Amino acid sequence: MRGGAKERVIAGVCLCCMLIKAETHPSTPLKRGIAQSPAFYVNGNNPLAYFSNNINLKNKILIMKILVCISQVPDTSTKIVLKNNNTSVNSDGVTYVINPYDEWYALIRAIELKESGIATEIHLITVGKADVEPVIRKALALGGDEAIRIDAESNDPYETAHYIAEYAAGVGYDLILCGKESIDYNNGTTGAMLAELLDLDYIGFATGISIEANAAVVNREIEGGEETDACNLPLVISCQKGVAEARIPNMRGIMAARTRPLKVITPSGIAAVTEILSYELPPAKAGIKLVSPDDMDELVELLHTEAKVI
Amino acid sequence: MSVIVLVEHTGGIIKKQSFEAVQYAAQIAPKMGTTVTAVALGSVTEAEMENLGQYGAQKVLHVADSRLDELHSRAYASALIAAAQKENSKVVVTLHDIRGRAVAPRIAVKLKAGLVAGALSYPDTEKGFVVKKAVFSGKAFAYVNILSEVKVIMLMPNTFPAKKEEGKAIVEQLDVSFSEKDFGVKVKSVNKVTGEVPLADAELVVSGGRGLKGPENWGILEDLAKELGAATACSRPVADSHWRPHHEHVGQTGGTVRPNLYIAVGISGAIQHLAGVNGSKTIVVINKDPEAPFFKAANYGVVGDALEILPRLTAAVKKFKEHHQ
Repeated sequence: MRGGAKERVIAGVCLCCMLIKAETHPSTPLKRGIAQSPAFYVNGNNPLAYFSNNINLKNKILIMKILVCISQVPDTSTKIVLKNNNTSVNSDGVTYVINPYDEWYALIRAIELKESGIATEIHLITVGKADVEPVIRKALALGGDEAIRIDAESNDPYETAHYIAEYAAGVGYDLILCGKESIDYNNGTTGAMLAELLDLDYIGFATGISIEANAAVVNREIEGGEETDACNLPLVISCQKGVAEARIPNMRGIMAARTRPLKVITPSGIAAVTEILSYELPPAKAGIKLVSPDDMDELVELLHTEAKVI
Repeated sequence: MSVIVLVEHTGGIIKKQSFEAVQYAAQIAPKMGTTVTAVALGSVTEAEMENLGQYGAQKVLHVADSRLDELHSRAYASALIAAAQKENSKVVVTLHDIRGRAVAPRIAVKLKAGLVAGALSYPDTEKGFVVKKAVFSGKAFAYVNILSEVKVIMLMPNTFPAKKEEGKAIVEQLDVSFSEKDFGVKVKSVNKVTGEVPLADAELVVSGGRGLKGPENWGILEDLAKELGAATACSRPVADSHWRPHHEHVGQTGGTVRPNLYIAVGISGAIQHLAGVNGSKTIVVINKDPEAPFFKAANYGVVGDALEILPRLTAAVKKFKEHHQ
């Protein structure tokens, strides 16, 4: 695929300065940035050169690899039941799905970008033991050329981000997409952590993503409105509603997904920085007070004197 | 050693939720034998920053670079790291909101710190450094122990109401040498919806579901919201049918709200919707179906047709306001 490009170009975007520094090196084979870097830092103080080599002198993208981060979560209809003296969540009978933000927005937008000829390759990555494979296969059925499972049980976003960063640094993606948060632990922090670890820019809460020349043009939610940003690739974007159109996997995709590669990677270990000691279910409501539909004055009075909210 | 707090502002006016964050830090600091240093970024007046003393900040470090009026996650992180290093801080507090969620994860990585996103309690230091947060979109809570030496806490807005006291903070300028890459994201245009209450910060929310029958009936819901000074929201089917813009969708796959009062009109109360609203202090449900599951999660209920009840409620609120002015 890369051999087809007439000019071989090195280091389209240097993240250290965010300047386009395209140089023509006819004899140098394309290398993906991190390979040129001596070591991948997982500590954050990261001087690493993470290059995207896939942009030519005319700022036209030759190759564009997207990494989509996929998390497995309990289906939204799941009722949470605790066990082991409230120290863990009972997974019996729980149906697991792709985190909706990862699937409906990040993954589907990646597929749309490939279908429109902008992206050339989509990789899906997840962190988990073998039991998460059905979910990553389902994601592959929607679209994606390759899946990667980092074989580890992650305790928190810090750990997850380190594992994904370690892998991503070795490949060199032009765009990393994730959902705005996972609906199980509701942190919404993995994307920004990933950006920090890879020394990349980050745009959160995206509601629209397009690619123009070598930059992403992103609509994102801000307080009380929306903002349009532009940022050179590569970068990390977290996605929410608005980013992509809804779709469902078809039979062809499901069949094709079976033959697509699912790589299992053993990560280097990282010390946990948090632990969950216990869980608690919300207290039941004390009981409802019904108010007659003909007496809204009473409702207002109750809200004022009893609930003290107005 | 001081506890560092990121203070946010809109057009130079410090956000109410940032007062909550400063006050939260002021509760933690004495336990650690230290004080609170707020960090204000961009164009904020001296008087606004001094007022942070009323919520327990002893000092404010001001990074005056006006580029910080926009959200630049790398620049924000650089500024906060500079402040944390200057103060030798072991605890950094931000809000669990759009800005906090862009910057706190970067700080956690840089400082190798454990992070709690969406803190609902003060840290319990008896058994470590344990902070409560909502998980499964509010269907449960988790008690998270931060194991690292440095701790990052993202406080859930509207959890601990801020109370003003006497006090005046000392304001110091902090020079941070930013690099070009700190501003790699270029803001092209900003489109603020003026006149509306931002949903995530709203203390009062009026929310509509399919029971309102169609977008043409939203006027009566907006009338009530206006009378109350409330933000408007909606259920997922309503957003999916494009009756309302998708940013109004609350629920497990939409926004999460934690107002003092949530009035649900014509919403049945599916488990996914409840997940997004069950942090509300008081819930009123108006629904013609007495079997609607939402009634089980409500404090007050009215069984009847929303289209008839809403105008009555609006009139009652109006009357109440006239009496209480």
